[in-house]
Amino acid sequence: MKSTKAIVGAGVLASMLMLSSSVFAQTVGFSQIGSESGWRAAETTLTQQQAKERGIDLKFADAQQKQENQIKALRSFIAQGVDAILLAPVVATGWDSVLEEAKEADIPVILLDRMVDSSDDLYLTAVGSDLVHEGNVAGQWLVDELGGKDCNVVELQGTTGSSPAIDRKNGFEQAIKGHDNIKLIRSQTGDFTRTKGKEVMESFLKAEDGGKNICALYAHNDDMAVGAIQAIKEAGLKPGEDILVVSIDAVPDIFQAMAAGEANATVELTPNMAGPAFDALAAYTKDGTMPPKFIQTESKLYTKDDDPMKVYEEKKDLGY
Amino acid sequence: MSGLGVFFRRIWPQLLTLAVIVGLISVMFPGFFDISIANGRLYGSPIDILNRGAPVALLAIGMTLVIATRGIDLSVGAVMAICGAVSAWGITAGYGLGATLLMALSAGLACGLWNGLLVAVLGIQPIVATLILMVAGRGIAQLITEGAILTFNHEGLIFFGSGSILSVPTPVVIWVLTGALVTLVVRRSALGMLIEAIGVNLRASTLAGVNTRVLLIAVYMASGLCASLAGVIAAADIRGADANNAGLWLELDAILAVVIGGTSLLGGRFSLIASLVGALVIQAVNTGILLSGFPPEFNLIIKAVIILIILVLQSPAMRTLLVFFSRDPRGVAETEKETVTP
Amino acid sequence: MPESDASQPLLRARGVRKVFPGTIALDGVDFSLAAGEVHALLGENGAGKSTLIKCLTGAYRRDGGEILLDGKAIDPKGTVDAQNYGIGTVYQEVNLLANLTVAENLSLGHQPTRFGMISTRRMNAHAREVLSHYGLEIDVTRTLDSYSVAVQQVIAIARAVTLSGKVLILDEPTASLDAQEVEMLFTVIRSLRERGLGIVFISHFLDQIFRICDRLTVLRNGRLVGTETTSAIDRVDLVNMMLGRELEHEVRSHGKIHSGTGGTRLSFSGFGRRGRIEPFNLEIQAGEVVGVAGLLGSGRTETAEVLFGVAAHDSGKATDGDGTALNLASPRDAIAAGFGFCPEDRKTDGVIADLSVRENIALALQARIGWMRRISDREQKAMANDYIRKLDIRTPDAEKPVGLLSGGNQQKVMLARWLVTNPSFLILDEPTRGIDVGAHAEIIRLIEDLCTQGMSLLVISSELDELVAYSHRVIVVRDRHHVAELTGADITTDNMVRAIAAPDREAVA
Repeated sequence: MKSTKAIVGAGVLASMLMLSSSVFAQTVGFSQIGSESGWRAAETTLTQQQAKERGIDLKFADAQQKQENQIKALRSFIAQGVDAILLAPVVATGWDSVLEEAKEADIPVILLDRMVDSSDDLYLTAVGSDLVHEGNVAGQWLVDELGGKDCNVVELQGTTGSSPAIDRKNGFEQAIKGHDNIKLIRSQTGDFTRTKGKEVMESFLKAEDGGKNICALYAHNDDMAVGAIQAIKEAGLKPGEDILVVSIDAVPDIFQAMAAGEANATVELTPNMAGPAFDALAAYTKDGTMPPKFIQTESKLYTKDDDPMKVYEEKKDLGY
Repeated sequence: MSGLGVFFRRIWPQLLTLAVIVGLISVMFPGFFDISIANGRLYGSPIDILNRGAPVALLAIGMTLVIATRGIDLSVGAVMAICGAVSAWGITAGYGLGATLLMALSAGLACGLWNGLLVAVLGIQPIVATLILMVAGRGIAQLITEGAILTFNHEGLIFFGSGSILSVPTPVVIWVLTGALVTLVVRRSALGMLIEAIGVNLRASTLAGVNTRVLLIAVYMASGLCASLAGVIAAADIRGADANNAGLWLELDAILAVVIGGTSLLGGRFSLIASLVGALVIQAVNTGILLSGFPPEFNLIIKAVIILIILVLQSPAMRTLLVFFSRDPRGVAETEKETVTP
Repeated sequence: MPESDASQPLLRARGVRKVFPGTIALDGVDFSLAAGEVHALLGENGAGKSTLIKCLTGAYRRDGGEILLDGKAIDPKGTVDAQNYGIGTVYQEVNLLANLTVAENLSLGHQPTRFGMISTRRMNAHAREVLSHYGLEIDVTRTLDSYSVAVQQVIAIARAVTLSGKVLILDEPTASLDAQEVEMLFTVIRSLRERGLGIVFISHFLDQIFRICDRLTVLRNGRLVGTETTSAIDRVDLVNMMLGRELEHEVRSHGKIHSGTGGTRLSFSGFGRRGRIEPFNLEIQAGEVVGVAGLLGSGRTETAEVLFGVAAHDSGKATDGDGTALNLASPRDAIAAGFGFCPEDRKTDGVIADLSVRENIALALQARIGWMRRISDREQKAMANDYIRKLDIRTPDAEKPVGLLSGGNQQKVMLARWLVTNPSFLILDEPTRGIDVGAHAEIIRLIEDLCTQGMSLLVISSELDELVAYSHRVIVVRDRHHVAELTGADITTDNMVRAIAAPDREAVA
């Protein structure tokens, strides 16, 4: 106990010394959830890239989907006396005590991509996307694209009950509200996977007169859209023309489809959460500027006008 | 009594179940039976059931053999992911179709061998032994795909997912052929009887000179092989290997297919055809739910209720009751005699 | 020593009857236990010992008869109920909780509480107090499994006595104890006897019976053979009671010494397996029947299992008639060498209950041919029908699951399974156990037929008369050793009983 305090004390001392010497030669601990998806892998890659660009020494800890590993990693970061901690929390609850420890040690914590249930004075800021907004951008694109033409839309939802599925559905529905030319005729879950996306799209096509009744597909993620595109092709229709395809995430594969004219639009959930986080941190360490409690990342819309092949080349090595 | 008569007496409950479910769907969705040809391939909801049911049907073939020996194979879903990953990796690394398939099938056999050794040589309970690979398998698959969906565009491999042979989707051809082949091998050789003997009484079978150890390993390898076929089909279907989601929870559907097929989890008598019909029943329910247009929140409840009804109707108590009510009271004594000798 | 024939027995069973489908496990058995006596319950496998115990303790519902405790009729609904009446049982495998402490085990379900909480201090004190009566001074806060089986036995006894306190049933308590531990247990039993408990002692070690028991009751095939005062009976009488004569008339050996003209078929030298059966030499002629006599647990079944590779031998070698060495590491090896084996426990080791008579008969032959060459349905059916006729197997047809047949018919199916493989050497372990008289005679006739056809047989039986009737030679097994070999006119039940009843080695030493 005593020795821990001593180390913490030393850490605080060290960080204060560092503060005075150089703002840029920082050490930042990053506790990542794991690598359960391509997006998560890309987030890790980009965080490391961003740190390198800014001359930050990044200490990376992969928690393999376990909160106890994350708490251990945070305690070890505190003991090492890092200057700041990036945390992508695997669950929302149970963070209070470790966040308090970080606060006592004067180490700012920035949440990436997901929120925690703790009081907001326990962390510096949270960087993330707004899921409702993402759905909204997708819906707005469809409204603009149609320009008043009648259109029956089918929806591939994410995993039933998950917050991305609920929020992306709500955002889309808000955007098309008041546009009576757009009707959501079928909505079913595709569990965020290609296989289910394809299977569910097949049933939509059968149920809606071989697809003749469908004018657009809205998928809660690109993977389901990629599966659905195959189903549409196998039904003898042209995705992107006979049925418009709009989805969310902007993973590399959807840009290939877009380049081939098979997908129309995607909304980016940027894996670059670390960039804004580091910016906020730099301002805070420089002159103590408090960032807002939530930094919303840009939900950028990509269409075929954005040179999809180029975006694909940029993205394909990020680990998606 | 003719063999065909015995055969139909064995599987009529499964066929009836399938007919009732298909009937229900066609009432709710009148266009159900419309079959056309799109892109040179049969196209329609019944084809979807046959096609989408391919992975579970293939898994059910191996699972039936394993369950007949009083075992269970929980690893098949993970083995699917491994073999799908191997095939995607092989084809993107430029090994050519033949070599890639060989590698994928070998991976399945190797997984089966591992399970078989744990069960037959180390004597670990099957549910525990196969749990190991169920947990670790997805990790292995992720190592192969490096955590991402490993996509490919090799037409030869894609053929196994979305191609067709004489207008019949390739997955359908594969599971029907595999089912027929395994049935033939198992029933034309003595394997079927020996497997059933092991399932009923392992020790007595060993004492009668049955090579129980080798046979046990063989059924787990067969299960691994079936899982690898399913894995290749699943990967080819979406042109990519998704280590996280390929075959996820399908081991449970496969077990359910075997149970609906009327094979006891306590081992012994088995019917591959009945398990295959069981797999189609499950897929028909899934497809029916998708066609119905109910909100997705109801999917699992609807499926559970239908499965519950099927299993209750198939339960021994209900069978006795059905036979009881279908006869006039004077025939009761006769009925009881019949239920003793199924 | 307390008087054993007290006027009012502590526990009395009258005409207890228990029927299982196909067999009568207990047929009107009487049993009485006095306070302050140790009463042995004896009998071979299937004699009805454990069924009687289970009826006394309510684990089985009896089908007839009455049980009186202190002169009052009782009807225990289960072991816990029996415990409340005062009847406690301790089994061979101590069924206490190995990972709890000794004290917790002693008071499990009856923990002393203080303000609704378990008082560990009082529980431990109570445990020390209880065990001191048994001469055990051990640390009661350590877990049960840190003590030897003997100590665990005593703890189990202490628990049973505390909870019940009138009758204590000990089911083979000494089976896994060494000589010193047995002494310790006996001291405990003697002190409990002095405290006035009635103790039922089940064991197949005759020496122990004679040392500790006041009276003994022998069961045989579900019937009471008799109850005797131990001091009034000798070992030979006891073995006679246990293995005694089934048939009324005196059976005489056919007196034929095997001619040996068929030549040696098999010879085993120094054959054995540690912990199962001591190395033995055995030579078997073509067409010879070798009988094996011995009590339960003597090594008779172990002899068969070592020969057939079920528990592979770890010493000695086997050769066939030409002197070629035989590999007998597994049943498959033994079958390849032309062996067949009908095990004692048909249900667990013999028949495949859910498969048909036809499949059961074809199984061993099919396993030997290999899975590739299936015996066609037609051939299987012909084979099955042939043996259904030859052995008079009572079944409506060959497709009936064999589990639905009676014990005797199952035994015949087992025989048929091996006969279709045309073995040169057939091992039969208790071929006539638990089957009705008619089938009994048929199987004996079959054994005789087979040997005249030139087959060699090794037959294990606790029916000594049977052995006399068909054996050319009898090997007597005792205490895991082959102790005697009788031939020709020497094969008599008396000679066998004498060899079996000779004192155990350790008792002699």
